[in-house]
Order: sequence, then structure tokens, then C-alpha cells
Amino acid sequence: MKPPRFLYCDPDTLDAAVALKAQHGFDALMLAGGQSLMPMLNMRLASPGVLIDINGITDLQRVVRTDDVLEIGAGVRQSAIESDEQVHAAVPLLARAVPHIGHVENRHRGTVGGSIAHADGAAELPCIAVTLDAVIVVRGASGEREIPAKDFFQGFLSNACAPDELVVAVRFPVTPAAAGTGFVEVARREGDFALAAAAVQAELDEQGRISRIAVGLAGVAATPVRATAVEDRLTGAAADPDTVAAAAQLAADVVTTGDDLHATAAYRKHLATTVVMRAVLAAVADAEQRTQNGSAS
Amino acid sequence: MTTTENPAATDTRTITLRVNGREITRTVSTRTTLADFLRDDLDLVSVHLGCEHGVCGCCTVLLDGQSVRSCLMLAVQARGHEVETVESLSADQTNLHPIQEAFAEEHALQCGFCTPAMVLRCKEIIADGRTRTDEEVRREISGILCRCTGYQNIVNAVQNASRRCASTGQEA
Ligand code: FES
Ligand code: FES
Repeated sequence: MKPPRFLYCDPDTLDAAVALKAQHGFDALMLAGGQSLMPMLNMRLASPGVLIDINGITDLQRVVRTDDVLEIGAGVRQSAIESDEQVHAAVPLLARAVPHIGHVENRHRGTVGGSIAHADGAAELPCIAVTLDAVIVVRGASGEREIPAKDFFQGFLSNACAPDELVVAVRFPVTPAAAGTGFVEVARREGDFALAAAAVQAELDEQGRISRIAVGLAGVAATPVRATAVEDRLTGAAADPDTVAAAAQLAADVVTTGDDLHATAAYRKHLATTVVMRAVLAAVADAEQRTQNGSAS
Repeated sequence: MTTTENPAATDTRTITLRVNGREITRTVSTRTTLADFLRDDLDLVSVHLGCEHGVCGCCTVLLDGQSVRSCLMLAVQARGHEVETVESLSADQTNLHPIQEAFAEEHALQCGFCTPAMVLRCKEIIADGRTRTDEEVRREISGILCRCTGYQNIVNAVQNASRRCASTGQEA
């Protein structure tokens, strides 16, 4: 249970990290927070020839907010996001989801870019990125490109980076002031991976009907997925519990994870509909409260 | 930061860090985890290895005051940082730190394997001086598994330590 031998380097600029990745390609792995890679090294599931530690690159540790985009550097720690009021105000769904990532000891080291790049279908940050149509910024030898989250996560622990590319930032659209959000996760124990989790952002019209809604799921497929059938059914619909519960049933169809050690496929389908229903109702309640506060002020 | 020449990729590295208040310089193999470095090179055997893959939390140490799993860090990554293990809390067994007294008083350990981690996490939790419900304490210590499952007394010990440190004004 010790890491295999590797060559270690710790570039202090992004350019140097990119050059090293270009030089070593698939033989090199980036070490960010290490909360997924270190277990993989210890269990010898990964044995890179070269480990490129990016923790010393200050350019990756910035959070920048413009009018409509919150850009979080890949090296920003999850615990920093958890306590950052600016992040909570700009993208409330992050504030709801981040405390569910592992345990606090993991979040003290784990980074935003690391979790995105690791691309675990049960992880919270990839799910939020897909739900909010975030953009993943990657950089390689030939420059920078922006990849929509829906195209970034390609399969089980697989992302769209070329061998010479690394994730440098994630751009989240700033949430409209009146939008409500909800995040509901079911795990066996506190801090465990989600058996199923749902992230929802919803906006209501003047009549209190749902005018826009995004529903993302984690833990139910090889990648995070959108429950588009639920979104379509609820767009323009009344936000009452019966309508929401009926629409949430459609979430069962996106579950492709079969029976495994943690749950049967049937139970996961049941959980998917349950977390979607609860997260939609939470988002609607949040939106109603925001509209009231907004019109009162 | 000025751009410096990046050091070449190597399998050993000389590092300097502070451990329990002392500055330490050592040459380490880059594949050595922080946990193994603390145990094997510095004899700080309070750092317990239960799983070596981030599940049990028994290897928890404080890195710049924050709890981290030392089996999920390389020793080389701790260079320039401050590491604290439970050995720093008291110089001898007759003069325990209030947190250690609280753990003893509440019988918060059976085999003791999770205890160093729990004590350090307790130190971090109560540092803000805030009063917590038992439920909150449970959530705060959920990253560390006690195989003896004596959680109730550990929760009691955290509450006890929190009261002691608040009333004596002693910094946790
Ligand atoms: S030994 Fe580090 S978490 Fe178990
Ligand atoms: S006291 Fe035995 S593991 Fe906690």
C-alpha cells in the first residue's frame, strides 16, 4: 500500500507544467489535491513514470467573478470554496454541494480542478458543472480551449483532455438572483460517495410556474447526467408536489448503473426519482422565497 | 513570484518543514508518503496507518492547522509547511493537554488506534470556541473511523475539551 516509484517535479508556473505534460504525455499524471490519485497510487492502480505536482502554481489558485461568470482556478481547494461568501452568492448550488464532497479532511486538500479532471460519475463537482452548463478550460502545448461540461465527461473516469492537456479552470455561469437551487444526496454514511444525488436550479414565472429548470444527477451512470425528460416535463408546469413527483419518475430512465456492491439497479432508480423530487421541491421553495424577498425589498 | 528554473524530475528531494514546532531538514524519496515520513524518519508513531488509502482517517495530522490525511500526501509536498502530530500536545504523561485530560476523563478510547487523529481533529474543531450540538460534533468527526465504535464517549470528550478550553481561556 505504498506508491510505486516515480519521478517527481513541481513546476511553479502553468507554462512549465504544460511543457512537462507535453514532454511526458500519458506517462505523466498531474497531482492536484491527491484525494483520488494518492489512493490510486497506494493501491498501484496508477503507476505514472512522472508525477507533476501543480500545488505550487499560484496562477491556478484564483477565483475571479465577472458579471455573469465565476471562474474558479483548478488549484483552488474545495474547503476554500466552502467558506467563500463570494462563491456562495454567485453560484449557490456550489455552496450546497461542496460540503457533501468526502470529509473535511479531504476538502482541505482536494481541489476543484482535480475533482473535475478525475471525472467520477458519483462526484459532486462534475455533477454541478453539468447541471449548470459550466465550461472547463484546459491548456496544452497548442494553447487553451474551452470545453462545455456536457462534452468534457466522456465515460468512466474519462475526460476530454488530450495527453498534453490539463484542466486550468472551471467557468460557472453566475446564477440569476431569482433562481432557486436544491441539492439532495443519499449516501450510506456521511462522506461516502453518492448512491444518488440530484442538483437542481429552477426559475419561476409570475404565476409561480416553472419557467426554467436544470436537473443533474450523480451516482447513477458512468458520468454525471442531466435528466432532460424531467426538465422538459416541468418546464412551464405548475410547481406543486404532485406534478413534481410525477415528473421525477422520469429520472429513473437515466440510471444506467447496474447492480453493484452498494445498491441494486432497482434501488438506484428508486433513489434517483426520490432525490430529484426532493431537490426540485427544495429549489422551488428557494425560488419562491427569493421572489418574495426580491419583491419585498 | 519570480519564474525560477523548474527543478528536474527526481526520485529523491531534500525538504525543509516544521514539525511540532521544530524545523527539520531531511532527504526523502519522493514516493514516501507524509505518514511514513513522520513515522519512520521522525519516529512520530502516533500517526496510525489503518488503511493507507484515505478511508479511515487514523493518519490525520494538522497541516498548517488544518486536518489532512497524511497517507494521501507525499512528504515532499509538506516542504515549507507546518505539521503537527499529537506528540506536540504534552511533553510528558503527568502533564497532559486539556484535550487529553478530557479524553481520559470521558473514557473516550478503548484500543486507542483512532485516538491521536480524534484528539487532533478535536483541537481543530474547538479552536473557534463555538458551542456545538452533539449532532454537529458527530458530523465534524465523521472523517475518522473508530473501530472500537466508542463514538458516544468521543463526542462527550470533544464537548468536555471544548468547555475546558473555553473556561481556562487556554488556546486549544
Ligand atoms: S491510513 Fe490514512 S486514511 Fe486510513
Ligand atoms: S478506540 Fe479503538 S479505534 Fe477508536
